Amino acid sequence: MADALLAIEGLTKRFGGVVASDDITLMVPAGELHAIIGPNGAGKTTLIGELTGEVAPDSGRISFAGDDITALPIHRRSQLGLARSFQITSLFPDFTALDNVALAVQAHSGHSFHFWHDARREATLREPARAVLAQVGLAERADVLVARLSHGEHRQLEIAMALATCPRMLLLDEPMAGMSPDESARMVETLRALKRELTILLIEHDMEAVFALADRITVLVYGRVIASDKPAAIRANAEVRKAYLGAPDEQVGARQ
Amino acid sequence: MNGLFAPRDLVVAGLLTFLALVPVYVALTGNAFLMTLFTRIVILAMAATSLNLILGYGGMVSFGHAVYLGVGGYAVGILAYEGATSGFLQWPVAIGASALLALIVGALSLRTRGVYFIMITLAFAQLVYYFGVGLDRYGADDGLTVYRRSQFAGLINLSNRTVFYYLCLALLVGTIYLVWRLVNSRFGLVIQGARSNDRRMQAIGFPTFRYRLTCFVIAGAICGLAGALLANHTGFISPATMHWTRSGDLIVMVVLGGMASLFGPLIGAVTLLVLEELLPPLIRMLASPFMEQSMAARVAEYWQIILGPLFLLVVLYARGGINGMLESVRRG
Repeated sequence: MADALLAIEGLTKRFGGVVASDDITLMVPAGELHAIIGPNGAGKTTLIGELTGEVAPDSGRISFAGDDITALPIHRRSQLGLARSFQITSLFPDFTALDNVALAVQAHSGHSFHFWHDARREATLREPARAVLAQVGLAERADVLVARLSHGEHRQLEIAMALATCPRMLLLDEPMAGMSPDESARMVETLRALKRELTILLIEHDMEAVFALADRITVLVYGRVIASDKPAAIRANAEVRKAYLGAPDEQVGARQ
Repeated sequence: MNGLFAPRDLVVAGLLTFLALVPVYVALTGNAFLMTLFTRIVILAMAATSLNLILGYGGMVSFGHAVYLGVGGYAVGILAYEGATSGFLQWPVAIGASALLALIVGALSLRTRGVYFIMITLAFAQLVYYFGVGLDRYGADDGLTVYRRSQFAGLINLSNRTVFYYLCLALLVGTIYLVWRLVNSRFGLVIQGARSNDRRMQAIGFPTFRYRLTCFVIAGAICGLAGALLANHTGFISPATMHWTRSGDLIVMVVLGGMASLFGPLIGAVTLLVLEELLPPLIRMLASPFMEQSMAARVAEYWQIILGPLFLLVVLYARGGINGMLESVRRG
């Protein structure tokens, strides 16, 4: 697995007595859509935090495209091409949709110590931003203030923000959270299209979406990887079924 | 976007016209006090505009911004005291010293957020304030008289009050223009993005700290220049200029006028300082039919009883300050 785009080795993080990441090892080769599922409290959010740089692991190593990124600050990881979306919508509400995406484009077009020219008139920022908005189906909403967009549109914009940084890999933190079935279906279509161009790590509760999209699925329970396989194998896995039916602690522990 | 016909733009245009005509009025009436008052207003509006850059656009609530007024003022005062009266030296030193202090304060305080940020900027300002009190050679807490205004090799005569007023006004307009360019540039969008959602800014790849720090330094430098003007204007500099209540005044100007609006700080500065002058005589006038003159004069000392609730109302009911109210007139 030397050609893995994202390689996680022996990642461990403790919060007091709770082991949020328990010796996680995971390889995501380029071009794969890798889904991570697990019951609440499984450590999915911690894992995303460790990958994006918001949480420092106690031990272990994360490498991206061959570079060790374990200790890199958040913005450097984005610069390397590792983009994320947020579970709880995290945008710039007092900017328009286009401003939001253009800012993400700007982040990846050199430094921003430009003090004089009107950035909203720079075609090199606005045009790529418009293209990304079109890609997620928000072309018509470009000039609307984000505060006035619907929840579903916010979720689409979340993806657009990540895409606008021209990433090699997307970390999607529950992109379908709080969506209507209709909106979810649209998001699945968006992701299906993205999957052809990008490597994706998808954390999602919507099982239908996960099994429809994923090439591989990793199941996390109490910070530990209990299974990592193709969707069909995961569906048939007895341990996974048990975990999702709510196995008591002892049983999960007893399996080791 | 029907430009000048919006009420807000009319008010701003009227205000700028009025400011441009102050010396004319003074020349006609001989009311020199008005010139003194409005020179002060223009200088403090410049300081408030610089504060708005970090407070309004950057979301950095600095509670120690007056310290740069003091540093700029002391740069002029101390150099003049030591015999260096050239403005070509004094003003760059005022700007440079303020920028340097802002760099130090910002580097340490911008790692914190919210109340901690406010407290650290306040603490630094108090530190410098007491440093000023301890400057025995330069008058300690009595302050330092600046006997001679900055000399510009005969190019411009600052001792001429009209010339000085117009220079201050030009610098204020220049500052507002600079802020306008800044906030719409790439740099300005990063600053405003970091105010709105710093976490997202980092996630999309911005090292926001260095941009916010740069913004903090720019604001400090502009305020340092305003301090140099202030020392020239009053012919005096003392630690009181840096007192935290002065920083509070600057915040009031920005919030009252309208945060993150170009002309808000100017509107706020004019409103606050004109009310400061008008309210005491107004109260005395209204009170005198009901009591003795001496009593009415004493009542007038409590003019802030009127100003306080006024400020409270603006904060509570007009989040965009006076500027925001004027803008909503157009929409409503």
